[in-house]
Amino acid sequence: MYPSRFRYEAPATIEEVIDLLHDGGGEAKVLAGGQSLIPLMKLRFAAPELVVDINRLAGLDYHRVDPDGSIHVGALCRHADLERSVLLSSKQPTMAEAAPLIADPIVRTRGTLVGSLCHADPQGDWAAVVTALGGYVVAQGRDGRRTIPVDEFVSGPFQNVLAYDEIVVEAVIPPPTGTVAGGYLKLERRVGDFATAGSAVALELSGDVVLRAGIALTGVGASTINATNSAAVLTGRALTSEVIGEAADLAAVAAQPKSDHRGSAEYKRHLVRTFVERILTRVTETQQRAA
Amino acid sequence: MTQALDEIKIGGMGASRRRVEDNRFIRGRGNYIDDIVLPGMLHMEILRSPMAHARIRSIDTSKAWDIPGVRLVLTGEMMAARNLAWMPTLSYDTQAVLATDKVRFQGQEVACVIADDPYIAKDGCDAIVVDYEPLPVIVNPTQALATDAPVIRDDKVNQHDNVAFDWEVGDKEGTDRAFEQAHLVSKIKLHYPRSHPSPLECCGSIADFDRATSKLTVYMTSQAPHIVRAAVAMVAELPEHMIRIVSPDLGGGFGNKVPIYPGYVMSILASILTERPVKWIEDRSGNLISTGFGRDVYLDGELALREDGKILAVRMKTTSDHGAFFADAQPSKFKIGLMHSAFACYDIPYAHLSARGVYTTKAPGGVAYRCSFRVTEAMFFQERMVQAAADDLGMDQAEFRRINFVRDDDFPHRTPYGFLTDSGQYAKCLDVGLEAIGYAEFLKEKEEARKRGRLLGIGISTMTEPLGAGNSREYDILGIKMFDSAELRVHMTGKAILRTGAMNQGQGHQTTWAQIVAHELGLPADDITVEEGDTDTAPFGMGTYASRSTPVAGAAVSMVSRKVKAKARKLAAHLLEVSEEDIEWELGRFYVRSARDRGVSIQECAMAAYSNMPDGLEPGLEANAYYDPPNLTWPFGCYIATVEVDPVTGVWDVLRVVAVDDCGVRINPMIVEGQIMGGLTEAYAMANMQFITFDAEGNCVGSNFMDYLIPSAWETPGYELHEVVTPCPHHPIGAKGVGECATVGGPAAFVNAVIDALKGTGVRNIDMPLLPDRVYEALTQKHDVSGAPPVRTDN
Amino acid sequence: MTSLYEEIADGPGEGVPVRRVMITVNGERRTADVEPRLLLAHLLRQGLKLTGTHTGCDTSNCGACTVLFDGKPIKSCTMLAAQADGHEVTTIEGLASASELHPIQEGFKDEHGLQCGFCTPGMMLAAKALLDENPDPDEDEVRWALSGNLCRCTGYQNIVKSVLWAAKKMHADTPADGN
Repeated sequence: MYPSRFRYEAPATIEEVIDLLHDGGGEAKVLAGGQSLIPLMKLRFAAPELVVDINRLAGLDYHRVDPDGSIHVGALCRHADLERSVLLSSKQPTMAEAAPLIADPIVRTRGTLVGSLCHADPQGDWAAVVTALGGYVVAQGRDGRRTIPVDEFVSGPFQNVLAYDEIVVEAVIPPPTGTVAGGYLKLERRVGDFATAGSAVALELSGDVVLRAGIALTGVGASTINATNSAAVLTGRALTSEVIGEAADLAAVAAQPKSDHRGSAEYKRHLVRTFVERILTRVTETQQRAA
Repeated sequence: MTQALDEIKIGGMGASRRRVEDNRFIRGRGNYIDDIVLPGMLHMEILRSPMAHARIRSIDTSKAWDIPGVRLVLTGEMMAARNLAWMPTLSYDTQAVLATDKVRFQGQEVACVIADDPYIAKDGCDAIVVDYEPLPVIVNPTQALATDAPVIRDDKVNQHDNVAFDWEVGDKEGTDRAFEQAHLVSKIKLHYPRSHPSPLECCGSIADFDRATSKLTVYMTSQAPHIVRAAVAMVAELPEHMIRIVSPDLGGGFGNKVPIYPGYVMSILASILTERPVKWIEDRSGNLISTGFGRDVYLDGELALREDGKILAVRMKTTSDHGAFFADAQPSKFKIGLMHSAFACYDIPYAHLSARGVYTTKAPGGVAYRCSFRVTEAMFFQERMVQAAADDLGMDQAEFRRINFVRDDDFPHRTPYGFLTDSGQYAKCLDVGLEAIGYAEFLKEKEEARKRGRLLGIGISTMTEPLGAGNSREYDILGIKMFDSAELRVHMTGKAILRTGAMNQGQGHQTTWAQIVAHELGLPADDITVEEGDTDTAPFGMGTYASRSTPVAGAAVSMVSRKVKAKARKLAAHLLEVSEEDIEWELGRFYVRSARDRGVSIQECAMAAYSNMPDGLEPGLEANAYYDPPNLTWPFGCYIATVEVDPVTGVWDVLRVVAVDDCGVRINPMIVEGQIMGGLTEAYAMANMQFITFDAEGNCVGSNFMDYLIPSAWETPGYELHEVVTPCPHHPIGAKGVGECATVGGPAAFVNAVIDALKGTGVRNIDMPLLPDRVYEALTQKHDVSGAPPVRTDN
Repeated sequence: MTSLYEEIADGPGEGVPVRRVMITVNGERRTADVEPRLLLAHLLRQGLKLTGTHTGCDTSNCGACTVLFDGKPIKSCTMLAAQADGHEVTTIEGLASASELHPIQEGFKDEHGLQCGFCTPGMMLAAKALLDENPDPDEDEVRWALSGNLCRCTGYQNIVKSVLWAAKKMHADTPADGN
């Protein structure tokens, strides 16, 4: 498998990247980790005229927690960095649980969270996780920077709302207002398999009470599904088994899966429900152990 | 030298000798097809059909020719002009090399482009415009056999339907009578899904036609280079001595590299036309969608049972889906391979099998995927039928098998379908397995777990299978009898070179063949070079598949060593100045019977063969041997798996796997165990995740490794291996085949375990692969989930 | 200078732009003129004749093409050669020194961690990356670290044993503190 011909540029500054994208007039693609783009180009499902490699940009490989508690992930921060991150394992359980489940260990060396968000694969894990966390991306274009909430950023299967000459420089998880809890579960039949279905749950708690909840779903719709109704029933309440059941049911309702060789629509709904229930139940078990 | 040799120290039989071939592989110095570069070499890429069934209205290649670097574009029309548009399959059918009239499966070869580099060749393929007229698609036997079904093979003069063959074997009347007397008839419908061997290296070839000498050299990924040479001679009408086929290191085969593929033929013609070497390296989707698949067989199975659990008769009816061309690689006499080897380990008086093969608009193949010609299906069906029967009778799984086994003192034994088995200790193998897994304790644990809502299950699979075709009376490929060969030349200093007609693809022939010679002659294994795969130098052989190398080529290695030893004995008599009758042999040395100290080493005999031979004795120390085995070998395997099923999601995890293999005498135990673990993993893969299926439009689902899942180290369970040794009575060193045993016997162990975990829910069957959603469906709907893996849709 | 097109009389064709890349491969500086679309795996194999790096799929699943890129394992069929400009690449040919095998190579031979050998180079480099980071892994950690590399022959059990063998050997070879 061999890609079609394209022009390749690897500029050193974001401004140059944006200029190149602008000149590319919509026929250009940004190359970060390349773990989705290059296979697509090899299969010739993608044939951009210009590839703008951003790997030479300095200072974008960070992930950090700011003093206010917000988490920032730069455009060149690799999945592997997040997987090994002590910061995430202590501060952000949903991301920490998702990171090792992205693709496979070798792909994680190169692939990036921001690239995964931009690729907007409905079966991509990070979009669900960042959506559940109420995150946003920071996009930069010729007119400067703007922020876009992730659930608005992904506009359809393999589509985002970026202008053709804009680039995402970082993804941000806003500061939590309470104790964070949550998790990410998905069914994959083998390491590196696309999710049959997955559920991301992000909670902020004050004692037993949920201050904020986010639930988002992987692989059960044309794009990542933000299960807002499901999250809403948790807000302001304690995680009793009734509340958990209600949220899990509503997550299943929010899912819009299609039947395919990975499973029937009904089964995928069932998985979504099961995963939400299991994550929330696990949170209550942790609470009970702590108490 | 006066001491007899320590056989293990010289790397003889029974030594877990470290592999010779590893020295190059661990350094990245293997020599696989894509590693070979010839001067002036061009590169070929194939354009494949996106449609499953369509008439070709036109092919416009003009834009491809315009691309700088494109040297040649071939279409079916151009092949036809040279009488090469069609080629014979290994099952006496024909297969299109490049489509002329219509395409008959998605991925069929439509054109190819030869260019300076593969990137440009691919650009060329993209520039070809093909106008297709879609035709109705047929993706399963039911559609194929419908009365109004379009005839897929309208290229064949007398073909008016989609039936590829009807075939039967066994005693129909006797079987019918036995069923009438049955206390209980246990019935089950099963499907063995289409699977693909997908060795990690895809197929490929480099054809190099030398106009000056008229010699054609083809480097190719073939498990059977001599068969290819014969076929090329016949198809391309080239003289056989002007064809040299070379199989370099193969990155796995598993049956996928037995057939002759259109790509090979195209590269040959392209080299003849361009007068330059032409390399074709298949990509993974090409490999998965067009080359030889395995299985895709439906079964209606019935067992006639006596009240006490004795099996009175077997009735099997199979319907197999062969795709667009009947291209099974199998002995020509047996249309559904050795399906009738089923139930060989059980003592059953009557059996009947009727088999129907059909054409569909799917890729051709039906290769023996780590299998002796449909034996994998046979043993899977057998062990699923056995479990269902035991459950129907309310009998214990192990006990039901035990009372039906052929007894140790009952050999040779005629199987219900007519094979002759010759050795085994079936009950002992089962006992070793049950002991290892802790059968009784697990059954208790299972009951306890059940009370707490956990679903545990245990699955047993026991089978003997026929490995090592032929004998030549019954087995042939395209009329060529199935024997094998070896050639041994001992140099003057006692070093040697051995060549065989087999073809290694990971089994370690370079290592083990030398061990057999070491065993026979006492030459240290390290002193013996082993070569295979070059038809200009290797003796004629049928290649490596169907676990036949040790049973046939390995036997030839023994026999050729014995011939060399016989001549060495004459040389020893000369050196020791006694008559041959007064000489005795111990490993590595002849000595005078009456004076043990007086002896000569095999190396001294070798030197004498070139420097001090007696009058009248032909110089040199070498021989060749062709070995036609008197029978197949019959290894036995007992595989036991325990699993836990998640009652909520249907996901199942393997807890333990115990394998007890009786493959006779083990030449290199380390390598044998490696084969068994590899085989178990393919069994697990097929039971769990690995399958190819087709949607209603004939699109192949499983056309790349994103959808065609093969397990990684993470999912793959650990294995506990045990052995029982019953030497093969007719093999010169008592060995039996082993390479595929675990793949053949393994799948039923996993499936039986999951079904066992669901016992009591009314579920009798879930067909492979046991995808979580299929297990979930069975659990929640409390019904069987059978048939080909569906591409589910919402309408 | 090494170029993919060295062996082909006509080169990439007129008007096809190439980029000059400088890559340190197995400790040696190599220069090549590459088309942007050339994959790193192909540059290594065809341009630099390092055929120990294999390609087994097109979709970044099998890991046969795994090499170390600045010390970390990547799939070289999923990276453009142009991206490697200025970086360090280690292939299987760079794992052993001239005289001595790397303990991972010894381990694979001793524990029968390979059969057809096709996945082996990628598998060993993934193992190298693991042991560089975690010199004393347990079985699960080895299985996890190698889960991006597929093997069709061995069933992995002996591969895992090979890596654990190498870890032990490397441990034994490393003098304890203070010695």
